[in-house]
Formats: sequence, structure tokens, C-alpha cells
Amino acid sequence: MFYRECGVYKDTYAGDMAIFPIPLDRYGFTVMLILAFVAIPLWASDYFISNIMIPFYCFSLSVIGLNILAGYAGQISIGHAAFMAVGAYSALILYGRFGIPLLPSILGGGIVSGFVGIVFGLPSLRIKGFYLAIATLASQFIIQWVIVHWQWFSGGVFGTVETPDMHIFGWLLDTPVEKYYLALGWLILLTVCAKNLVRGQLGRNWQAIRDVDYAAEIIGINLYRDKLIAFAVATFYAGIAGALITFCYYGAANIEEFHVMVSFALIGMIIIGGMGTILGSFLGAGFFVLLPLFINRFMGIFMEVVPSEIRSNIESIIFGGLIVFFLIVEPYGMARLWHTIKDKLRLWPFPY
Amino acid sequence: MAFSLLTLDTCIYQSTINHKKEGMKMGRKSLAGVLSLVLMVILLVITGQVLAAEESPKQYIPMLSYWSGPFAAGGSGLAGGQEDFMQLMNMEGGINGIMYEWEECETGYNVARGIECYERVKTHDPKPCVVHPYATGICYALLPKGIDDEIPIVFEGYGRADAADGRYFKWAFNFPTHYWSQNTAKIKFIAMKQGWDGKNTAEIGKFLKGVKIANLYIDLPYGQETKPILDDLSKTYGFIVRHFPVSWPGIDQKAQWMDIARRYKPDWVINRNWGVSCTVPLKEAARMGFPADKILGVWWCGSEEDVLPAGPAAKGYYATNFHGVGKDFPLIQRIVDKVYGAMKGNISFTRVGTVFYNRGVMYGIHMHEALLTAQKKFGVKVITPEEMRWALEHLDITKERIKEIGAEGLIQPVRTTCEDHEGGGNVFVQQWDGEKWVATGYVIEPMKEYVRNMVEESAAKYAGEKGLEKRDCSDWKPFKQ
Repeated sequence: MFYRECGVYKDTYAGDMAIFPIPLDRYGFTVMLILAFVAIPLWASDYFISNIMIPFYCFSLSVIGLNILAGYAGQISIGHAAFMAVGAYSALILYGRFGIPLLPSILGGGIVSGFVGIVFGLPSLRIKGFYLAIATLASQFIIQWVIVHWQWFSGGVFGTVETPDMHIFGWLLDTPVEKYYLALGWLILLTVCAKNLVRGQLGRNWQAIRDVDYAAEIIGINLYRDKLIAFAVATFYAGIAGALITFCYYGAANIEEFHVMVSFALIGMIIIGGMGTILGSFLGAGFFVLLPLFINRFMGIFMEVVPSEIRSNIESIIFGGLIVFFLIVEPYGMARLWHTIKDKLRLWPFPY
Repeated sequence: MAFSLLTLDTCIYQSTINHKKEGMKMGRKSLAGVLSLVLMVILLVITGQVLAAEESPKQYIPMLSYWSGPFAAGGSGLAGGQEDFMQLMNMEGGINGIMYEWEECETGYNVARGIECYERVKTHDPKPCVVHPYATGICYALLPKGIDDEIPIVFEGYGRADAADGRYFKWAFNFPTHYWSQNTAKIKFIAMKQGWDGKNTAEIGKFLKGVKIANLYIDLPYGQETKPILDDLSKTYGFIVRHFPVSWPGIDQKAQWMDIARRYKPDWVINRNWGVSCTVPLKEAARMGFPADKILGVWWCGSEEDVLPAGPAAKGYYATNFHGVGKDFPLIQRIVDKVYGAMKGNISFTRVGTVFYNRGVMYGIHMHEALLTAQKKFGVKVITPEEMRWALEHLDITKERIKEIGAEGLIQPVRTTCEDHEGGGNVFVQQWDGEKWVATGYVIEPMKEYVRNMVEESAAKYAGEKGLEKRDCSDWKPFKQ
């Protein structure tokens, strides 16, 4: 009914290559864009914009990166938060100390992070699976150690670099809405890039490597090059996300914001959201960033009647329970859930 | 609201799945029962809140507490103590009749959540007059936000030491004392234990010459903070210091202790950990045969929760502090009688009088005194952040006043000025006797001038990077009460 496919004929190359072949998806996506670009900045409160939407966007971006690496290329990484830290510190140093304009600084943060990512991606040429996971865990600790101990990065014993005022072409970004647009702009731009990357030759190579790597090598895919590109792209995304979240949300880069638990949470996001889907990155980030806040706000109702000790722990229990629930209901992630719904809607109201 | 019901629905859905086998009808009935019950509770609570909101204006205090997560022992004690104190004040007539109202926001010691909490409580009407971050990471993140939003950020005993320079840090306060001061006091304490009489600071070098100190710290910015000061002191006084980093979360410290006890063989070990990692050194030291009374803990490693898991291994362990321990203070007794007597306590009764709890009470007293000062200047009303900042800068808690509120021995005098946001507190040393913390009677004055120079240097550097202007403090006058 809603997703009528009869009548959707593809008679041009452009039609065949469209990101959203079904019209309703296109309309839905347009509505979402209008929501994000117009409705939220116009009507949402500053609190909602700066504390719910901005972290959501930044984590989505980081998760897209990890999804490219783990979901598409099949190279698991447990050090993704550390690359966010690399991006954050590099962008801050470029912008604050060297006076490079804001947008190139953020890009620079991503590029530096990408190069560091290539270095830490080198072990993937020889090892895979769990062994690679442990090797990437090392990247988390090495990067953390370097940032804490080389005080040139961290700016003294406090390990904290604060963001200076942000200017783009002389325009001061200080309201939540302006920072929101900065994060949203990068997110949209890089999401489009990611979507097209994974649909193109490179993405197909990655998927081939993920599925059976030696078969991929036999049909002529350059394993080494493509794996390293996957690492570079993934960590580039993480770097940009780290820079953005520091500039737009945290206000100061501190290593505690990017410690190993964040890396685990990022892995959780791609698993809950759906490995190997761009949509899943958003769903997963939403699940991990927004849900605890909603549970927390919800538990706030019981402020007077339930002791704080129990209330705070119930939060974790509900959140953990929901993770288990979703994994049981749909082990392939929430993106698959959406696909199931879509399949059902295609046949509705006459299922067979 | 709609969403909250949704979450509930999913929970209930989950429970219904489990009960599917027991028959659909039964499941539906119980589901409806549970749902209506929950709805009733929500309605009751909401109406209760609406009714409560119509009362007279209240002084709003946000609590960025953490009752869950790896550092819950600290977070719950601090929050519970401060809330109990506010509860007591409300029972005794509030702040000249203005009642406290506090709201908790669970951070879990997580920076992102802490910032979210801060932004959430910031939107409260009236604006919160002061915010305690309760965590070093959150404190770093909130410092610039406090400047932008003009809300005082108070971090007592943690966070940046250089915030003591009020000329640069207009909106930050770290009284009664901070890490750098604490470490000079630790060195003084070690010197005393080595035979120094505690009078002439110039003589310290004689007693410390060649003394070996191991600085065992958790490898986070928090742990790193005191490395430079110890290095610098070691040059001045001729003792030897070596740093032993422990990576977070510090549950395994075997390698470090092998190094410390077998190779380095120090005279003293400084235990600068946090949470679970505080307990591990005590156990490891016992295993290696290193005496516990040669270990000196930071004040975040000196609570009951830190030593009890170590059992007898902790006996004799020293820890620094900046307030009294135990229940034997008139004020704590009043909390026990009135708040817990009326079953209105905010934490389990067994934790009353523990170190973190007392620290929370101390936070409460400091804020209360600041609010009273503000009311004296600006009149009895709900205090705004700007007024609170003024009061925090003119805080003068004298010995007489401490006696009056029944906190003699629990807290120490604090006197802040425009330049000095540290307030000149001393450092106490306490010892674990196997059952409870006992005050050793050592009340050590930090090397104030020395620390002050470092603070000013560091603050100026920070201000330079951040582009902060130096305030002119010449028109600051002590407030005559």
C-alpha cells in the first residue's frame, strides 16, 4: 500500500542508481531534512538542541565511520574513541595554537586522525578477527597515553585543552543553533559521502573482504590497500566527530571524554543499530545517546518516592534490559527491524 | 510523557513475553493491572509535584550526583551528606525562612552526562545559584561554561588547583584547599614522621635528605596533576621521588608493587588513586610485606569504602583529609536525631558519619554560609548566581561561627578574597585503626607561598591560552557582618 513497487520502473541510469529508489523513502527523507534544518532550530529549546541533538549527530558521525570499518570492511576496532580524541586535540591545536580557520581545522583533525588510523590499521594486514580487535584495543591505550604524557598535546598537567571562541569568516559561533548547524552540516556532507562510498567500487571491495577475504583477493581486490583505506576513512570520520563534539558540545578536550568505555559504547551502537548499514549508525547512536537520557528524565518523575540509590541503578537496569531485548528480537540490529517493517508495508494490506 | 509510557510499554511487553505460556487471558489482565497501577502512581506524583510547586519560592540547588558506576561510593556519600544537611536546614527553618529545593541528576561520573545535567539544571527557574560538578572530568568541562553562563562552579577538594587564583578564575572556587596544597602538606607530614618538629620550614631539607618517596598515581589527568609539584619539591628538599603510573581502572597493580616493594624500596608511598584503585595498593603492600603505615593516601583514597575491602591489610594506613571524621559532632548528631528520626534521610543510615558523607555535609555547610552571607548583603530572598558569586568571594567562616553551628572539628575556617579562592585551609591526617578512621591530630598548614606562586603561574598560562582578562582586585573589601 505505502511502498508500492509496481509502477516504479527504472528506465534511466540515474533512476537505477538513486539512493532512495522508492518515492516514499525520498519524501520521508525530505521531511527529515526539513525537520532537522528548519523545525528543530526554529522550535526546539536550547537545551534540546545543544544536549540532545548535537551529541546525537556527532556520535552518529563517529558510528558511521566505525560502521564502514567494522560493518562493511569487517575489520573490528575497539579503539574508535581514541581516534575521536586524536581528531579533537588536533583540531583544537590547529585552530587554537596555529590560527588555522575553523573549518580547515576540523578537516585537519579528521586528516590527522586518518593518518594515525592508517598506522594502527597496519596490523590488520596480518591478523584478523579477535586478534585484530585486541590489536586495535592497544591503539586506545597508546593514544590515551601519548595525549596524557606528551604535554605539548594536552597543554599541561590538567590534560585539558579548552575551545577558543569559534569564528567562521569573522562570524562568531556562540549560540546553540549555530553550533547545531555546524554539526549538522558536517554530518549531512559526510553521510552522503559515506553512502556513496559504500555503494561504489570501494564499498563492494570492502564487503567482499568482509565476507571471504581470500576469495576477494583471488578475484583481484587489493586487500592491503582497501583495508588501509577502510581504516583511514573510518578514523577520518571519528576524527571529525571528535573535533565537532569538542567544539560544539564539550567545550574542552579532555581525555576522560574519550576513554575505553566510549569505544565499547561505539561498538554497541553499531551492533544495536545494524552492522553494515548507514541507517543503523543513526539508530544505534540514537539508542545509546538518547535513550539513557529519556530513561533518566522519566525516572525523575519518581524523585520524591524512590530513593536515589535505587533510581540511578534502575536506569542502568532498564537500559541494559532494552539492549538484551533488542538483541533477542532482532540480532541484526534495528536497521534490519526497519527493513522488516518496510517489507511488511510493501504487501500491506494483502500479505501472503 | 508520551515517551515515558512508551518505555514502560516495552518493559511490560518484555515481561509479557515471559508469561506468554501461562495463558493469554491471564497475561492481558495482569498487564492491564500493572499499567493502571503505574498510571495511578504517575498521576499521584505529578499532582503532588504541581501542588508542591505552588508554595513559596525556594533556593534551588542542583546535585550532579552519581549513585551508580565505578565511583558510586564517593558520589553517593557526597550527595547524601549534602542533601541530609539541606534537609536538616529545611527542618530548622531554611535559610532565614527560604527553603532549600534540590534536584538530582545522575551523571555516573561520565563527562557527557555531566554536561547534559548541567545544561538541564541551568534551564531551571530560578537559575541555580551554584553548581558542584562532583567529578574532575566534569569540572574541567564546566569551567568555561560557568564563565559563559555566569554561574559559580564550586569544586571542593578536586578539579583544577590553579582556580585558586580568583583574578583569572572569576566564577570558579576551590576552597578549603586543593591538590597542590595537599601535596606540600604531605611532604611536611612525611618530614614530621622523619623527626622534624614541624616548626621551621627551612629545616625540612635536613630530615628529608635521601628519603625515598614513591608516587603511585592513576594515569589520568587527575593523577598527573601533582607530578610537577612533587618533582619540584624534591629538588628543593633533597628527597627522591619516583612516579609509578597505574592505568585506569587500576584493579591490577602487581607490576607496580613488585617494582616499588622489591626494587625501589621507598620510605613512603603516596597513594593517589580513585575509587576501586585506592584499595588495591593496600592489599598489594600487605602481600609484599610493605607496612601500611608508610602509605599516605590522597583524600579521595581515605574513606571507609576504600579501606574496608582490604580488611586487616589496611590497618595503620594514613590518609589526608580536610574535614573531621566520625559522628561525634553536634551537627551530625542533629542530622541523626532530626532527619533520620523523621525517616527523611537521603542515604542508608550506616553511611552517616563516613568520610564521604561528612564531606558532603561540609559542602552543604559552605554553601549555606555563602547563602547567609549573600542574604546579609542583598536581603532575605532567593539568591541569584551573581549574588552567590559575590558571597563566595566574601566568605568568612570563623572559628566562632563553626562552634555556633555545631561543626567544631568537622570543618575548618575558610576565608576567601577576590584574589584567593582557596580560602587557606589546612590539611588533616587521619589513620585507619582497623575499624574506623581516627584523627591523628596532625593539622598541617600547606606551604602557602610556594603553592601560591605555582598557582599564579599556571593560572596566568591558562588565561593566556583562553584569552581571559585579569581582574582588578583592588576594590575588594572584607564584608563586615
